Formats: sequence, C-alpha cells, structure tokens
Amino acid sequence: MFSIEPSRRSANGAGGEAGSDMSEVVLQQAASLSVAADRTRVLGRLALVDRLFRQVTRAAAVIVLVILGGVIVSLVYGSWPAMKAFGFGFLFSQSWNPVTENFGALPAIYGTVMTSIIAMLIAVPVGLGIAIFLTELCPYVLRRPIGTAIELLAGIPSIIYGIWGLFVLAPFLQSHVQPALIAAFGDIPVFSTLFAGPPYGIGMLTAGFILAIMVLPFIASISRDVFETVPLVLKEAAWGIGATTWEVTRYVVIPYTRVGVIGGVMLGLGRALGETMAVTFVIGNAHKISGSLLAPGTTISATIANEFTEAVGDLYTSALIELGLILFFITFVVLAVARYMLMRIEQKSA
Amino acid sequence: MISTIFRRGAGAALALAVMCGAAAAIDISGAGATFPYPIYAKWAEAYKKETGSGLNYQSIGSGGGIKQIKARTVTFGASDQPLKPEELEAGGLIQWPQVIGGIVPVVNHAGMAGGDLTLSGETVAKIFLGEITKWDDPAIKKLNPKAKLPSAPIVVVHRSDGSGTTFNFTNYLSKVSPDWASKVGANASVEWPVGIGAKGNEGVANNVANTKGSIGYVEYAYAKQNKLTHTKMINKDGKTVTPSMESFQAAAAGADWAHAEGFYEILTNEPGAKSWPITAATFILLPKESKDEAAAAEALKFFSWAFASGGKMAEELDYIPMPKPVVELIKKTWTSVKGSDGKPLSLLTRPN
Repeated sequence: MFSIEPSRRSANGAGGEAGSDMSEVVLQQAASLSVAADRTRVLGRLALVDRLFRQVTRAAAVIVLVILGGVIVSLVYGSWPAMKAFGFGFLFSQSWNPVTENFGALPAIYGTVMTSIIAMLIAVPVGLGIAIFLTELCPYVLRRPIGTAIELLAGIPSIIYGIWGLFVLAPFLQSHVQPALIAAFGDIPVFSTLFAGPPYGIGMLTAGFILAIMVLPFIASISRDVFETVPLVLKEAAWGIGATTWEVTRYVVIPYTRVGVIGGVMLGLGRALGETMAVTFVIGNAHKISGSLLAPGTTISATIANEFTEAVGDLYTSALIELGLILFFITFVVLAVARYMLMRIEQKSA
Repeated sequence: MISTIFRRGAGAALALAVMCGAAAAIDISGAGATFPYPIYAKWAEAYKKETGSGLNYQSIGSGGGIKQIKARTVTFGASDQPLKPEELEAGGLIQWPQVIGGIVPVVNHAGMAGGDLTLSGETVAKIFLGEITKWDDPAIKKLNPKAKLPSAPIVVVHRSDGSGTTFNFTNYLSKVSPDWASKVGANASVEWPVGIGAKGNEGVANNVANTKGSIGYVEYAYAKQNKLTHTKMINKDGKTVTPSMESFQAAAAGADWAHAEGFYEILTNEPGAKSWPITAATFILLPKESKDEAAAAEALKFFSWAFASGGKMAEELDYIPMPKPVVELIKKTWTSVKGSDGKPLSLLTRPN
C-alpha cells in the first residue's frame, strides 16, 4: 500500500535507478490526490521525458551524419574547379607547377601510401611484439611501467615528433645509417635503386620511421588489451598438453584475437595516412616520385600544410582541396576494406 | 560573491582600457616575406618602446603575404617579389621598397669558413639543375683550385613555399644560365629539378645547418645569425665579390627608382666591379583604401619612422636603407592611401 505522508526523498534527474526513485515518489504523491486525472498527468510526464531522451540521442547521431555529409559536400564543392580543369588526369599527373597552374596528385598519393606502408611494416611487428611481451613474458613488476611508457608515446604532440625528427633523427640517419645502407646495397640489383641517392637525412624513410613511432602505441596498447581477453582456460589447456609459450601465442592467442588486432592495425594506418605536422618537417617537400626510399618526397597532408596559406588563385586552392578529398577517399577505402576483412573473418569463424 | 568577482573584473578591465587609451597605442599586423623579417622584428621592438604601438609580423613567405593583403586580413603585406602595375591596380594596392638586402648561397662543410668557396652563377645554376652532383666536380674545382673539396654528393636545399627570395634567386639564375631560363624559369614557386624543400628562409637555414654537404640560398642576415658558411660569387663584371653592405650598395646604386612604375625594380646581376650579383629590394604592399583606417595610418607612421630612424639598425644586420631621394619619392606616393573621407591618411603622420 502507498504511504500517505509526503516523501522527503529528493527526486534526481530522469533515468536509471534514480528514475525509479522518482517514479515511486511521484506515485506516492499521486495516491493522496484524485487518482485518475493526476495519474495520467504523471505518466504523461514520464513518457515525455522518455521521448525527449530518445529524440536527443537520435539528434546527436544525426548531427554526426550531417557533419560528415557537410564535410564531403564542401570538399566536393571546393575541388570542383580543379576537377573540371584536370578531370581524372589529376590522379595520374606528376607535375606540380603553381606558375603554369598545372597540378597533379600522383607524387602526393605515392608519398602518402609509401610512408604509411613503411610505417606499418615497422610498427606492426614491433607493436605485436610489445603486446606479446607485456602479456606473456614480462615480469609482473614491470608491466605497468612499460605499459604506461608506451601510452605516453601516444600522448606526445605530433609537432614534437617533427622537431625531434628534424633536429635529432635526421642528422643521425644522415651521418650513420643512410651511408651504411647505400654502401651495403650498392651492388644488389633491386635494392640498389631502393636505397640509392645522396644521404639527405630527411626523406621518405625518415618520415616512415617517425610515423612508425607515432603509430606504435596504438597497435601495442590495443593488441595488449585484446590479448588480455583471451580466456585463461584456453591457454592453460594448450600449456597442459605441452605447448611452448610461442606455440600458445601463435596458435591460441593470435587467432582468438585476430579481429581486435586487425582493428588496432587499421586505426594505426588511419593515423599514419593523415598525419601532417611530423611528416611535413621530415619529408623533404619534393613533388617527385623517386625509386629510392632515401629521396625526399611529399604527402597529401604535407602538401596542403605547406602550400595552403599562400595558394593564390582559385585553381591552386581548388587543387589542394581536391587533394584533401582524395585523402578522405583513401581513408574511407582503407576503413571499408578493414571492415570487409573483419566480416569475412567473423563469417569463417562462425 | 559573484557580484564581487564581477565588479573586480569590470574594474580591472576598465583600468586596462584606460591605460591602453592613455598610450594611444594601435597595433598593426603584417604578413609576408621572410627575407626582411630580422630587420622588421628589430624595428618593431624599437618602435614599441618609443610609441607603444606593436607590430605583429607573420613571416610566412612573400606568396602568403600577397594572398593575405589581397584578402585584407592584415594591415600590410610584405613581398620580395614586386607586383606588376596591373596587379597593383587590380588589388587596389600601392607598393614601395622598404629595404635592400642580399641573397647568399650557403654551404655546409666541416672546417670551411665563410668566403672560402667561390662560385659563379653558371655553376650555381648547374648545381640547382642537378647537373653538378658532387662537390669535387671539375667546374667547382676550377673556381677553387686551392680548396679541399670532398667527393661527397651535393645536397640541394630550396624553398618549398611561395617565396620572393626564390623569385629573386631564380631571376638571377635565369639571367646567367639560358638552360635554367628554359627548363625552370623565374617565379616565387618553381618546379625544382632536385633537392629538398624547406619552409621560409628560417627552414632553409636550419636544413643547411643540419645537413652535411648541403647548399642553399638565404638572405644574408640569416647566414650571419645562424653562423652559416657563405660563399663568394663572381659577378657580371667577372670580379669575385663577398657579401657585405658595400657590395649590396654597389648593386643598388644602379637602380632607377624614379622611372619605375610601382617602384618595380629587380636588382639581380647588376653591373659594377663591386656589385653583389643577387641583391634584392623588399617591398611593402598597402591597400589604397582600408577598412581599419587607424591601423593603416599607424602603419604609415611606422614606415615613416623606419625610414627616418631605422637606418642604423638595418645596417647592423647588413641591410641597405633606401637612399633619401628615393624615400622622398616614396612618401609622395603615400598620398594615394586615402581614408573614407577621401583625404590622404599620410597627412595624419608626424612630420619626420
């Protein structure tokens, strides 16, 4: 039976267990008034709050879609003059001449893709290695500090990476690493072009290194989190029949966590594709495609960062915006491919 | 409690406004060439001490400066690449040369001091075209019989942004090398055949300082301030000259400012036994009609002050102040900068 005395409990906002408190309080008060009409009024208020909640969250989701759509529309609108002037040839042209207004995206696209591939080739094995070490082999005392240190790497602003790359890494690579690479691969047929040229210090390889360092924390911490979700039962079963640590990792942990690891790698790849400031400092800003990894190049974001403030004329600005649209498209394709791969994996395992 | 905070805050704001009002300080903004940034920064500091008005100059390159002033986002623009009279008309701008400086090639070789290496215009053009790739090339050896040149590859450093320094440098190379003129040409932004790009004079200076065996081109003040090794050059008359106030002045002596429309004069490859071959004037662009008249008037005051009292500071950094007769010509053109009442803003400047 409802109590007749007015309740002193304060009503919190709607939702959750506080909501049930509130409904209780309200229903108690309703009992002491004329029942039918007030009951409808009270229930109506609850329904209103519920409806409001639903609409607000729906609006939040719609706003995200609207913003995304708005970005796509403004990119297309901004790049329309360039698209009209160059057509599809823009994607395959190598020239970048602001004077004759002849622009081509190929060096920038090549640079973006190459630096990201170099970054992934370095960061994925190292990141997975860190995650495996932290979950399987590391002494318990060291796990928190090393984990925190890896995550701190993610917190360093990208421009600091750029400055460090330009003042510390590049001279080091120029005096010690690059001459060694050039000398070592000088005679081997394919690698001699891959590692040819004067040792600039900055260039695609340096940019790839720095991107690898920036992407590493994402891959390492996501992989570690995912590795920790492997049920101990599975691992113990494997150990129980005599599997070594490596065999457990290779045949139990990694297959179980495939989906999460690939998700982490894709997140890292997304960051590597779009990274601007760190790359701009060390990429060398040469609108050329060179066979050598040691040569300077450019990426889409580095080109836009360098040239947007002074792009005089509609066609120049529009060409830069079209580069932005191409990057947006590349990122979209990468994410779609990742999703598709994950879907296939889940289908196979189901 | 909130009302106390509010009252205190309002009181502080009022005091600040009164102080600012009492100083009658108007802040002006400018953007553009990195070439004159060292001297503009020095002038701005001294001017602020004297009058309290601050100058906020963004050194983003001549291309950026031209774009910003055309969009009227700053009070004045600065560019080493002068605009042609038609462009000035179209943009509603006036332009005048503020100061003259020299562009010097700088190299990075351990143990080499400033002026140890001599280069000719042709050689520099070939280096930047990628035709000369090693430091011990016969062409460089011929000019420097006694220098110890390593057999190292030449790392070329150029500008990645739209730069008046690049404009003057490529203008010079086009004059001395027909090959360069046909393959690359002269402009603020060109398709460089080889080399790495850096942002601003500052970027090129940094890259050359950090990269062994590199060569770049910077305004002389940057070479001095960053302790870079500059080279000597062979000028139009075939004489070897070293960058200095003297050689810049010798090059500037031949300029005919009185007959140049919009003061459009390029000072590269000037004749004269002592002339430095890559000398350049740097220009200020001011709109004929600005929305912010107070800022435009203050800008004219600042440049007038710079012409009158800034000469010594300029010379300390090896910039050449404009000669007095040219300053008179320049001040006459300021009468076309008008306020909304149609009267020239320069009438508001203090007579200097």
